[in-house]
Amino acid sequence: MSQSQPPSSATTRRRFFTQAGAGVALLALAPGVRLAELAVAASDDEPVTDAHRWGLWVDTSRCASGCDACVSACNDEHGLTGMGRPETDAQWIRKVDLKDETTGREVSLPLMCQHCEEPPCVDVCPTGASFRREDGIVLVDKHICIGCRYCMMACPFHARSFIHEDLSGQKTHSPRGKGVVESCTLCVHRVDENRAPACVDACADAGHHALVFGDLNDAQGPLASALAREETDELRSDLKLNTAVRYSGV
Amino acid sequence: MTSSVTFQILRPSSGFWLTAGIAAALAILGLAAAHHMEVEGHYVTGMNNRVVWGLPHVFAVFLIVSASGALNAASISSVFGQSLYKPLSRISGLLAMALLVGGLTVLVLDLGRPDRLIIAMTYYNFESIFAWNIFLYTGFLIVVAVYLWMMFEPRMNRFTRPAGTVSFIWRLVLTTGTGSIFGFLVAREAFDSAVLAPMFIAMSLSFGTAVTLLAMMLGSRLGQAPVNHEILARLRTLLAYFVIAVAFFVAIDHLTRLYAAGHTGVERFLLVEGGIYPWLFWVGQGLLGTVIPVILLLTPRFAGVSQTVFASLLVLLGAFAQLYVLIIGGQAFPMDIFPGYIEKSTYYDGVVAGYAPSLPELVLGLGGIGLAALIALVAVRVLPFLPQGSVKQPAG
Repeated sequence: MSQSQPPSSATTRRRFFTQAGAGVALLALAPGVRLAELAVAASDDEPVTDAHRWGLWVDTSRCASGCDACVSACNDEHGLTGMGRPETDAQWIRKVDLKDETTGREVSLPLMCQHCEEPPCVDVCPTGASFRREDGIVLVDKHICIGCRYCMMACPFHARSFIHEDLSGQKTHSPRGKGVVESCTLCVHRVDENRAPACVDACADAGHHALVFGDLNDAQGPLASALAREETDELRSDLKLNTAVRYSGV
Repeated sequence: MTSSVTFQILRPSSGFWLTAGIAAALAILGLAAAHHMEVEGHYVTGMNNRVVWGLPHVFAVFLIVSASGALNAASISSVFGQSLYKPLSRISGLLAMALLVGGLTVLVLDLGRPDRLIIAMTYYNFESIFAWNIFLYTGFLIVVAVYLWMMFEPRMNRFTRPAGTVSFIWRLVLTTGTGSIFGFLVAREAFDSAVLAPMFIAMSLSFGTAVTLLAMMLGSRLGQAPVNHEILARLRTLLAYFVIAVAFFVAIDHLTRLYAAGHTGVERFLLVEGGIYPWLFWVGQGLLGTVIPVILLLTPRFAGVSQTVFASLLVLLGAFAQLYVLIIGGQAFPMDIFPGYIEKSTYYDGVVAGYAPSLPELVLGLGGIGLAALIALVAVRVLPFLPQGSVKQPAG
C-alpha cells in the first residue's frame, strides 16, 4: 500500500541524509562525529538500534524558577490540555522547586520520564505495553496497555499519567487514549527526524539552555561531552536504574 | 478418609432467597458502577495520578487473599489428614473459587481498559510478577476445580490427597505472588519488603478462616442443620493464631523500617501523623481487628455462634483496615525523589496525596463480594457442597 503513495517529506529527507552520509563516508574524509550522525539517520524501514542512546542533561544552574517554557512546549507538542482537575490531568513534564532542608539553597528543575536503562515500569508491565526502544527511549504501546497502572506504582519518579476521561484535539504524531497510561516520549517523533525534543528547543528559545539533548553513546557529541565535563548525577541513584536524564546541581 | 460424611443440596428457604437476592443485587450494582467508571473515565473515582490503586484494589486483594485462605479447611482435611474437617472440604474449595472469581472481577472491571482482557490473556511479559499472577489465578481455579471433582466423584476419591496437595502448594505460591506485587515495588518505601510475601500468606490464613467460619455458620442456618461445635472450636483457635501471625509480620515490617533512619518518615506517617491511616492501623486493625477478636476467640466463655460471628466479622474489618493502610497509605506517602530537599510542584511532589473513596468504587468492591456470595449460593443449591447433619468422629 505504501509503495503506491509518494514518499513523505520526512522519508525523502531521511533517504537523502542516508545517501549523502554514505557518499561522504565513501570519500574517506575524516571519519568524524558528524559523518556518523548523518549515516545513521535511518529510514522508517530500518529498525532502531542501540547504536544511540538518547538522553538529556538538565543544568539546574541555568533553569529559571517560575519559567515553564518546557512544560508549555510539551503540552502544545502532544496536545495535553488540562480538564481543570490537577490531580487527574496528565503531566508529562513538570517543574519542581526544591529547597535544601539544611542550607536553604533553592533549585528549580524539570522532571519527566528518566528513560531508565533498567526501567521498573517495563519490568512490571504484565502485557509488555511499557517497553524500551533499543535507543533507550521508554514508551507505552497504547494498543496493548490495559490500564492496570502497575507501572505508575513502580515508577520512582511519578513520571506517568493515567488518562481519566475522553480526550479531544489529539495530535496525529502523539496518539493518546482514555484508560491507558502515558508519559514523556522524549518526543520520539522528533528524534526520529533528527530533531531535539520540544522541551529542549523551548528552553533554548527562552534563552536558558538548561536542557541539552543528545546521544549518550557519542563521546564527541554535545551530551556525552557535557556529562564528561560536568559533575552530574541521576535521580534515585540508589536504585541503579542508569537513567538517560542526568542532573547537575542537585 | 472415611465415608461417614454425607453432603446435601441446599433446599431453598426464604432465608436462602433473601441472601441470594442481596448478593445478586450487589453484583448487579457493582457491574453498573464499573460501567459508569468505564464510560465516564476514572475521574469519577477518588483515584488520581498519585493514588492509582484505590478502594477496588482493597476489595480485590481482600477477596483474592481470602480465596487462597478459604482452602484451609479442605487442605487440613485431605493434605494433613485431619478428617474432622472433611465436612467443610467441599464448601472450602467452593469458597476458594467463588472468592477468587469475585476478586478478579473487581480487578478486571477497575482496569482502564477492561475490554482488553483478551490482551491480558494473550500478551505476557514474564518479567512481570503481575503476568505470573494471571497464570497463578487462572491455574488456581483449574487446580481447585479438579480437586473438587476428586472429592465429588466416588471413583476419584483416592486422588483427593494428591489433588489437595497440588492445590495447597498452588495457593501458597499464589499468595506469595500476590504479596510480591507489592513487595517488588522497590521505589516505594511502604512496600519494597520481602516480608510482604509471608505476611500475605498469614493474611490469607486469617481472612480465609474467618470467611470459612462465617460461611459455615450461614450454611448451617440456611440448611437448618446444627453447627458442628467441634469444628467450630478448632477453627476459632486456628483463627486466633492466624490473626496473631498476621500481627507478628506487621510488627516485623514496621519495626524493620523504624530501625532504619531513612525510613522513619513513612513510619511516622503510617503510625502517627497520617490522619486516617494511623486511626485505621491502631483502632481498625490493632484493636478491632486483632486484640478484641483474639480475646473473643481464645476465651471459652465467648465460644457461642453469635460471638464467633462477631469475632470473625471483626477480623474481616481489621483485614480491610490493614489493606487500606497498606495499599492506599503506601501510595499516599510521597516518594523521596530528592532526599534532603523540600519539594514543591504542580504534580503534588513532596506532599501527601489526597484520596477520598467514591461511591462507584465502593459499589464495585461490594459487587465483588456479592458476586462471590452469589456463586457460592447457586453452587450449594445445585450440587451437594454442604455437610448433612452432625458427623461422627471419623477413623482417620
